[in-house]
Amino acid sequence: MSATPKKKAAKQKTASKKVASKKAVQKKKAAPKQELEVVEPDAGTDVHGIMAVYTTPADAMHAAEKVRDAGYKRWDVHTPFPVHGMDDAMGMKNSKVGWFSFTGGVLGYTLGMIMIYWMNAVDYKIVIGGKPMFSPFFAFPVSYECTILLTAFFTLGGMAFLNRLPKLHSPLLKNRTFCAGATHDKFIVVIETSDPRYSSVETRDLLSGTECSHIEYIEE
Amino acid sequence: MSAKTPVNVIPPPKELEREPLVANNRSLGWISDQVCKIIEDKTPGWWWPTFIISVALAGVMGGCIVYLITTGVGVWGLNQPVAWAWDITNFVFWIGIGHAGTLISAILFLLRQKWRTSINRAAEAMTIFAVICAGIFPVIHTGRVWYAAWWLPPIPNMYDIWPQFRSPLLWDVFAVSTYFTVSALFWYTGLVPDLATLRDRAKSKVRKFCYGLFALGWTGSNRHWSNYEKAYMILAGISTPLVLSVHSIVSFDFAVSQLPGWHTTIFPPYFVAGAIFSGFGMVLTLMIPLRSLCNLEDLITVRHVELMCKVITATGTMVGYAYGMEFFIAWYGGNPYEMYAFQNRAFGPYWWSYWAMITCNVISPQLFWSKTIRTNMVAVFFISIVVNIGMWFERFVIIVTSLHRDYLPSSWGYFSPTWVDIWTFVGSFGLFMTLFLLFVKYLPVIAISEVKGVTPQADPHHPAGGAKPGDHH
Repeated sequence: MSATPKKKAAKQKTASKKVASKKAVQKKKAAPKQELEVVEPDAGTDVHGIMAVYTTPADAMHAAEKVRDAGYKRWDVHTPFPVHGMDDAMGMKNSKVGWFSFTGGVLGYTLGMIMIYWMNAVDYKIVIGGKPMFSPFFAFPVSYECTILLTAFFTLGGMAFLNRLPKLHSPLLKNRTFCAGATHDKFIVVIETSDPRYSSVETRDLLSGTECSHIEYIEE
Repeated sequence: MSAKTPVNVIPPPKELEREPLVANNRSLGWISDQVCKIIEDKTPGWWWPTFIISVALAGVMGGCIVYLITTGVGVWGLNQPVAWAWDITNFVFWIGIGHAGTLISAILFLLRQKWRTSINRAAEAMTIFAVICAGIFPVIHTGRVWYAAWWLPPIPNMYDIWPQFRSPLLWDVFAVSTYFTVSALFWYTGLVPDLATLRDRAKSKVRKFCYGLFALGWTGSNRHWSNYEKAYMILAGISTPLVLSVHSIVSFDFAVSQLPGWHTTIFPPYFVAGAIFSGFGMVLTLMIPLRSLCNLEDLITVRHVELMCKVITATGTMVGYAYGMEFFIAWYGGNPYEMYAFQNRAFGPYWWSYWAMITCNVISPQLFWSKTIRTNMVAVFFISIVVNIGMWFERFVIIVTSLHRDYLPSSWGYFSPTWVDIWTFVGSFGLFMTLFLLFVKYLPVIAISEVKGVTPQADPHHPAGGAKPGDHH
């Protein structure tokens, strides 16, 4: 590569940046464990749940394993991107979206074929080049597109239904710490107070026993 | 999962190490900051002038269309025997450009090509805008546009006759409209988590409301991600046969007819390869200025550009093979009309368009064999434009040169465009750029959550993701 002086300078710059970031990582490792910050709920407010904030996906995953093993049911891990392995760590089963897609696909193909048969061979017969009124072969391309179209709609509809979306109001979205982290660079475990196993002392102890940096109560 | 296997990350040998997808060890937070900054900061100086020029060009297109509709298709240069000319050339050109978006978002997803994450959002946006531009031409070329509703979707006309489904033109209506709908759904699905990021960062109420509305209340819940990822994978799975079917069906518009030069079985794969080729050309044309104007060099790295160049070389070579094979079959098939059509293409009155196509599509992508050229952004930008000029000529060559010679020499003709032809096409770039610039200003140009997901910090089994020696999974 023929690098111009300008590019060389840029290269050196990035190299120095890399060194700097490595140093920062080393410093972080050397530092003692961060002190746990706890935000108590205001007196007299309904509490929706308790949340613990983690800075790495591995910490959140270990916490999820503990919460799963403790037998909680109404809880969740909120992450800015899907963390692979988290489904197992939370003890979740395979998603059921595929059944919706399959239904959509079968329906799309069938409806496409029936539409073409009915339009060109029943409702208004059109003779084209003396060929049969209907044949699945000429009807295939359109039915195929209908299959894909309905599969797409059913897949997204199924996903929205299983996730109960859209849901524009949620106690989580009113919480500043939650919003600043869950879609940015933090990993947040939330256990709801409606969980049958929830107890104000034990649940908090469970979470504070993990590698979290912050614990906060979420108002209803 | 219960087996306790200690994490022991052995770094790969030096020669097998890959350049990271996000350069300079950027943190997860940096990725969302850098991408959202484009939307949240003051509109940059380059945006308004480009936007005004684009809107003006789109206005020119609108004016030309109004003139066409009020006067008649006679304002275009097409006439018998060349009844399809720039209109269908432009349609196939734009729909072809659209194909790279779905290729990047769906096929590369299924092939687990992680580098797609930096470019898929903008490529998908490009797809949707290109399909919008493409859709205009078949509608306006019908002449009496107000009847188009009866010709295109299955609505019975005043005699209660339905469209006839043996026609590839009708297949095309279904293919293109399905393609547009599914691409838009796929794009929106990918946007939801990033819209939630923008909602949570929003300072103004209007912004919070707008992004919040379209983010559907996304909270990044893992129970949601599980269904989301499954849905995304299924969408990728069905978009893959979709993208292949769309350009195959576009090629049926020609291949199913009896015309020498059109009636060939090589058309579907040849059209699909050409579509991917031109689409990647357009992705590069848009991405190279975008990455430097929006400071995205750490996200769209030189490696990304190089990989796209390699796809261009591969598909360009396939297209070159198809050009050669068409000639071979014309000779081998022994049909004198077929042979004449191809000789006429290369050496007839439109020889200049044929050789422009060969130079741009077969020769220019071969330059990407050189790493020096692949890593030189100016050269890549220039070649990506050349590729698209070549692909426009390819469609022109296929359509116009096949039509201008009929079986009866008395019907022979020569097509020349009028100013309305030219400005409608130039104007379509204005419409495309207007939509793309609005996208850059209001939506995240990079799939934030997906890029975060391919960094080492996102991997719970990687030391950067917090994995410690002795961990088990």
